[in-house]
Amino acid sequence: MIPLFRHHTKASSQPRRLTLKILRYNPAELNAAPSFQAFEIDEADGMTLFIALNEIRATQDPSLQFDFVCRAGICGSCAMLVDGRPALACRTLTRDLSAQITLAPLPFFELIGDLSVNTGKWMRGTSERLQTWIHAVEPVSADILETPMAPELAEAIYELDRCIECGCCIAACGTAQMRPDFVGAVGLNKIARFRLDPRDQRSDDDFYELIGDDSGVFGCMSLLGCHDVCPKQLSLQTQIAFLRRKMARLGLN
Amino acid sequence: MSHSIDYTANPPMGPSVIPDAPALPTNNPISLPRKSRWPARLDLLQSLSGLLLALFLIAHMAFVSTILISQAAFYNVARFFEGAWLLGRPYPMLVSLVASAILALLMLHAWLAMRKFPAGFRQYRAFIAHKNRLHHGDTSLWWLQLWTGFLLFFLASIHLYDMLSQPELIGPYASADRVWSGGMWPLYLLLLFSVELHGGIGLYRLLVKWGLFGDKTRARLHLARHAFSAFFITLGLLTLLAYIDLGRSHAAQAGERYIPKAAAQTATH
Repeated sequence: MIPLFRHHTKASSQPRRLTLKILRYNPAELNAAPSFQAFEIDEADGMTLFIALNEIRATQDPSLQFDFVCRAGICGSCAMLVDGRPALACRTLTRDLSAQITLAPLPFFELIGDLSVNTGKWMRGTSERLQTWIHAVEPVSADILETPMAPELAEAIYELDRCIECGCCIAACGTAQMRPDFVGAVGLNKIARFRLDPRDQRSDDDFYELIGDDSGVFGCMSLLGCHDVCPKQLSLQTQIAFLRRKMARLGLN
Repeated sequence: MSHSIDYTANPPMGPSVIPDAPALPTNNPISLPRKSRWPARLDLLQSLSGLLLALFLIAHMAFVSTILISQAAFYNVARFFEGAWLLGRPYPMLVSLVASAILALLMLHAWLAMRKFPAGFRQYRAFIAHKNRLHHGDTSLWWLQLWTGFLLFFLASIHLYDMLSQPELIGPYASADRVWSGGMWPLYLLLLFSVELHGGIGLYRLLVKWGLFGDKTRARLHLARHAFSAFFITLGLLTLLAYIDLGRSHAAQAGERYIPKAAAQTATH
């Protein structure tokens, strides 16, 4: 967040008392209904939502479910709705938020419980559907030296590979909320990544088979929620527009 | 002894390990029926028809607002499109032809854009809930684009049919009479706001969708979008006011046609 909009607290003042309203629901429990539960904690310096949630779990309610692994914005496990917007809990500082914070699980994905969703299952399915791996015609021999790749190209591929599959783009996508078969920015970004890779010998015709319809690139309505919430700041707008141009061109043949 | 391992790049694929994952596309390079190219064409057509309608909108507003210069200026513009300068005598049929073409384009665009509308209660509820919790400008903007587009199905059709069926009734007095004595001004007022907002948002989304300016220019594109809508709504309001004003003062003689001064003078001499 832009520092200008951060809530500055005086160094001498008492820490803020934060209220975290958390959506609680365990689908495994019979007769359970989703409801918000409020937890209060004292804000600490540099506190992230990840720290706040761990404190609540450690000191107030051990049954609170949420996911985390790396606590550094790399694993993509802790994505959730923070005041309605998808974000990584470990990368969200409480000082950027008001004292009333509402947390809910990411929509769209299968709910495991409370703030924990099964993004992995959907991501795996999407990878299989979009065949997001290198497709080479020639068999690869481990004895032959790999063809060198220009550093710029390797950088460009790496840039798109920074996606951590956190699911924020899908949760921020208006199209995906309406049409669950939409591949979303994460899927399209992966296609863009393999399209760049010279080791992948698929042509645009092959990629069209994967994303050339309304559940693929043409389903995107350019609402740009994905682009604006991506915690890795991937230029999803550029990638989707690029694929759209490449795939639309095939329609002219 | 050296040995080489040949990895086939494509791992053998069995049924997905995930119970309800989407069906796996076969990886077989041999002649599978190709996916239809129509989704690509329809996507292009949606953008193209929208662009043409937006360009027409700009030109249309420029012509109509000549009433702000003078009655004679608008009279000349209206007569120009009847083609007398080219064909010897005015053919209002030409206006009908243009109106028909625009109506056809509008119908094509509406049909294509309708594919993006929420279908059914579940999709409506999903999008509204999403929009209300996300508080995201471009997402909310789409909702405005959708509803102004929906209004245009009706408002623009009424206006176009009017022009199509009575192409000869375009002129300073005839148009002003239509606006005031014909009671069309509420429709034009609604139409003006709907079409200028829809057109502005649509042009913005075209640029974003096809990535014509990269992703660093969005703030400026939004500014241009606001400027577009504000400029044309202002110009449209002034123009509509001019017609209302003229229509009110001409109400007693409603139906009388405008005769330019030069022609009126030669007629009296």
